[in-house]
Amino acid sequence: MTQRHITHPFGKKRRLHERIIETILFLFALFSIMITVGIAVILIRESFLFFSDPEVTLVEFFTGKTWQPMIGLFGFLPLLNATIMTSVIAMLFAIPLGLFVAIYLAEYASDKVRGRLKPILEVLAGIPTIVYGYFALTFMTPLLRSMFGQETVEIYNTASAGLVIGILVLPMIATMAEDAISAVPQELRLAGLALGGTPIETTFRVVLPAALSGLSATFLLALSRAIGETMIVALAAGAGPNMTFNPFEAAETITGYIVRISGGDVSYNSVDYNSIFALGLVLFVITFTLNLISRKVSNLFYQEYE
Amino acid sequence: MNNMQTESMFGTKAESLLLMQKRARLSIFWKVIFIFATTVAVLFLLLLLVSVIDSIFGYAVIRNEVNISELISGTSSLDEFSRSQLEETARNNLSSGILRRVEYEKPITERSDRELRALIEQYIIKPSVLRSWGLWGSITKQDEIGAFMANQEDSYLIFKSWITPDFLTNDQSANPLNAGIRTALLGSLWIIAITFLLAFPIGVGSAIYLEEYAEDTKLNRMLQLNIFNLSAVPSIIYGLLGLAVFVRAMEGVTSGAFLTTVADTTANGRTILSGGLTLGLLVLPIIIINTQEALKGVPDSLRMSSYGVGATKWQTIWSQVLPVSFDRILTGTILALSRALGETAPLVVIGASTFISVDPSSIFSKFTTLPIQIYQWSARPQGSYRNIAAAAIIVLLILLLVLNSGAIYLRDKLAKKKRMAA
Repeated sequence: MTQRHITHPFGKKRRLHERIIETILFLFALFSIMITVGIAVILIRESFLFFSDPEVTLVEFFTGKTWQPMIGLFGFLPLLNATIMTSVIAMLFAIPLGLFVAIYLAEYASDKVRGRLKPILEVLAGIPTIVYGYFALTFMTPLLRSMFGQETVEIYNTASAGLVIGILVLPMIATMAEDAISAVPQELRLAGLALGGTPIETTFRVVLPAALSGLSATFLLALSRAIGETMIVALAAGAGPNMTFNPFEAAETITGYIVRISGGDVSYNSVDYNSIFALGLVLFVITFTLNLISRKVSNLFYQEYE
Repeated sequence: MNNMQTESMFGTKAESLLLMQKRARLSIFWKVIFIFATTVAVLFLLLLLVSVIDSIFGYAVIRNEVNISELISGTSSLDEFSRSQLEETARNNLSSGILRRVEYEKPITERSDRELRALIEQYIIKPSVLRSWGLWGSITKQDEIGAFMANQEDSYLIFKSWITPDFLTNDQSANPLNAGIRTALLGSLWIIAITFLLAFPIGVGSAIYLEEYAEDTKLNRMLQLNIFNLSAVPSIIYGLLGLAVFVRAMEGVTSGAFLTTVADTTANGRTILSGGLTLGLLVLPIIIINTQEALKGVPDSLRMSSYGVGATKWQTIWSQVLPVSFDRILTGTILALSRALGETAPLVVIGASTFISVDPSSIFSKFTTLPIQIYQWSARPQGSYRNIAAAAIIVLLILLLVLNSGAIYLRDKLAKKKRMAA
């Protein structure tokens, strides 16, 4: 932040309007706190309304295996299960691939190649997620169906959505992991090479362990992004909660459910309406925790090498 | 050197040579893997674009509800109709209700030939798409297309580009053949304008405070951490925030009900204003972070020399720091706005309209946006909706491309001007 900023020679003895300006700017900065507080207050208040409904109990919410608001069953495990499935598939795909791209860019690519590849990754990262959703539905799903058979793979399935989320977070993992790898001091690399290691051995046994905390921060952030991803799962994963561990079956995620319910005409103060806020709260808590841990880990990392 | 000892530690010469070869092979293996992974990543970008472009051209089988030859015998295309024949056909074949509405909007005698042809096509001939193929399918599946056509009567095959000038200017429609994205495009532009008006001043102000004023206190550290956290909150959560705050709690304001002059208050709180404010909150942390980066790039020597000639802190920021960093602030803001332009989930949650044919006329109008249109068309099972979804994606991507290259062009131009001034 501002350790390096220089203070004005007159310090606090300033004219009135200078102080007014500072106060206004401070209020602007406070506005972002108000957003966080607003999110927390609204999610908690509406969730409270949801749980105070006689049909809903906390125990059922966290342990029930059926989510069917029509008949008063509110167990959110199927939704959570689908979210975990798509995110895990995405991570299994994107972490190795993203890490390899990052190693290549940071350690082996020439400046010229790097200069060409980084803009491509930036373009990939700038494409709206709805386009990825379209891609999942019109390219990935037919591809999976022709590979594994029309009977095994349903039209909507978590595998297709998960893989495309993996493509979505790939550029993010690649660029952040490249930053982490590049931040490892050159001395460590030279020492590894001087001990007789090949460049690859130095990368795997010296550089990557040294960048581990930076890499973990990257992966956590990518996971949080995958869990919160909405449009891809809304289009490709299926509409309707389904407790299944088969990635080729349709199953609705937390975000997919929120979008489907709010997209229809739902009346205020109904259980349906309140339920999307309760699910939003769960989503917010999960992603916020992951982001916080990621931030802490990455701070540790960059302090180590400053 | 004691040969025996070396051998006991590292094995015989042959063994160590083998080991060296193995290590060399392993190196090559991993390098191939790295390059393969990078190629795959680039390949996905290509696949993404190709799969979209593939869907916007291709064969389509179309059936007319009324044959053109039935309207005036001996003709096979509307282009052959004379002016009087066009007018006559419209008057004779439109149902009285539609005819009255059409005459009310713009009398038939005043309409141009082109407008009349469009009118006749939409209400009388009523073409519909039976089946469509992508570009790849059109080339490789000639047999399938032939077999399909053989079983069809009263239908014809055309090679169609789904992205046309009419696609940009037409209203929404239930028929993919004459559906357009005008209302969605206008909605997107309105929303982006509101987003900018909310997020730009507050974002830049916050960044100036955090970079130029904030001491290293606990509160300020918390402000900074909070901004980083907000930038990673899933966008759908902002949608829930917007739904509860702008759509419900502030309904009186966002629906325009507090202004008696606004006639259309049927939108309740689900208006352009609510959508724009929601996206404004969403991009605020991004604008703050980008602006902070821009301010960090300004050298301290500039601030010190300004203080040295007696400028106050704010004078220094306003006439030294901001002009120097303006190009980068602008680029950062445009990047944040292009994020807002492609955002779908929060707008679905706050309740963008699924079907509106009236152009948005004020910030209190109901709205739909380009990404929402793409979502709705993609979600439909019929093939030809996929084609227009792809066409809308191309429009969205071109819009983003223009926005981003505009940002780069502006930055370079401003940077050049700065160098000349220096």
